[in-house]
Amino acid sequence: MSAPLLEVDNLRVSFHLRTGTVEAVRGVSFALGRERLGIVGESGSGKSQTGRAILGLTPPPGEVRADRLTFDGIDLLKASKRQLRDLRGGRMTMVMQDPKYSLNPVMTIGAQMIEAYRAHVRAGKAEAREKTLDMLAAVKLRDPARVFSLYPHEVSGGMGQRAMIAMMLVTDPDLLIADEPTSALDVTVQQEVLRILDNLVAERGMGLIFISHDLRLVSSFCDRVLVMYGGKVMEELAAGDLDAARHPYTRGLMNCLPALEGSSHPLPVLERDPAWAQ
Amino acid sequence: MTAMIEIEKLTVVFGSGSLRVAAVDDFTMRVDRGESFGLVGESGSGKSTVLRAVCGLAPAAGGSIAVDGKPVPTPRDRAFYSTVQMVFQDPYGSLHPRQTVDQILSEPLSIHRLGDQDRRIAAALGDVGLGPSFRFRYPHQLSGGQRQRVAIARALILEPKVLLLDEPTSALDASVQAEILNLLERLRAEHGLTYVLVSHDLAVVTHLCGRLIVMRNGKAVEETDAPRLRAGETASPYTRELMQATRGFTRASQTTE
Repeated sequence: MSAPLLEVDNLRVSFHLRTGTVEAVRGVSFALGRERLGIVGESGSGKSQTGRAILGLTPPPGEVRADRLTFDGIDLLKASKRQLRDLRGGRMTMVMQDPKYSLNPVMTIGAQMIEAYRAHVRAGKAEAREKTLDMLAAVKLRDPARVFSLYPHEVSGGMGQRAMIAMMLVTDPDLLIADEPTSALDVTVQQEVLRILDNLVAERGMGLIFISHDLRLVSSFCDRVLVMYGGKVMEELAAGDLDAARHPYTRGLMNCLPALEGSSHPLPVLERDPAWAQ
Repeated sequence: MTAMIEIEKLTVVFGSGSLRVAAVDDFTMRVDRGESFGLVGESGSGKSTVLRAVCGLAPAAGGSIAVDGKPVPTPRDRAFYSTVQMVFQDPYGSLHPRQTVDQILSEPLSIHRLGDQDRRIAAALGDVGLGPSFRFRYPHQLSGGQRQRVAIARALILEPKVLLLDEPTSALDASVQAEILNLLERLRAEHGLTYVLVSHDLAVVTHLCGRLIVMRNGKAVEETDAPRLRAGETASPYTRELMQATRGFTRASQTTE
């Protein structure tokens, strides 16, 4: 096995606020090859901030520190802004939660995809257009030419999210970070979008970080799962070994989901032990 | 006579001409007193519109709705709202951002001219597991789960017989969802409430409800109950698809079942 695509060692993200310092991520370490890694946790567990820190998208008062944060041998903490801009959207990209807010509302889907493509690849307009249409077809939109000329408000949530995935994959990235890509979608549409994502990741041999609060979904989709609580990794598991989870937090997260096969009444409530976050 | 809600051939239409959409089409449902009934489907299936039609928030173009044995008046009167109350999906959107919890809870009491506000508000907060310290906070000072508890308290404060729950947990984390589901279950037992729960999550519906209807494109696809679903007895392929989606992601090659 070659060197990992992404190495994160002791990642810390803190926000210095008037009321004190909030540490959102406190010492997260992992290595990612060309595989699917899931990060699971409740709101406020630091899972999204971990993803953002890797891309250098931590919002202003935030400070990112790490012993090591490298992408394909490039030190992301020492990289210049220019270098980061080239990487971001080019070799590493991110799919956000809600296509309604993350697509540009005043540009057609096609125009913003062409913009994203030409920001990273030297290509003529015609070539970019062709590449964009191919990508829209690859995410199984029924009529790529039509979607190309639509504005984001004219498409449904599922179509918007597919367009978003197409836009993020058009530059052939090596790493895709998906932050709750299906939480704003319906159950059935969710399956379709995941299937598309799954096929594309497998075909292109990308690394994927899948961030979600849904443990069941993540474990059925990813190869490996990191469970986060209070900015720390509680447990790392192979997706198949979820039943063998030892940490009480992981077990709690699993048990609090009602199951179709019947679940206990009342549902077990997640017990949070402040000592875990120490 | 034990039916609490009877809906006969309900049709709800939005738009006209070429834009005419029948959001609910010829929908019939009967919910018994004290029962917990589920409506499942994807977005646009009309499941929320059924609830809104019962409440008078969506216009019924045809069919009839009766609550507690009486046809509902249009517009709905005060007696109706003291029988039926609704809890909405998004606790971030359904609470007034400039009102304290106390103001939010006292408004229905003032509208219905109920006295003894102080005691009622304290009791409603206690019911949903929030202490008196929450009374003078604003919604932005509460977490999602706490907001949903306030929304439930607001619905309960008029001591209704029926609660219409429109995706009460889908905006919440899995762990908070469990707390709210337990709360709803306890409240139903304590107050003898009738629930109609709308959700896209079959697991949530089967956890809380006995009988349920699967909806798609404004029509009922199948009426079934939790034990039959668990045994895998489904009449329609759509219900099976929903069940599969609830179990998590499956790669096309490894569809075992």
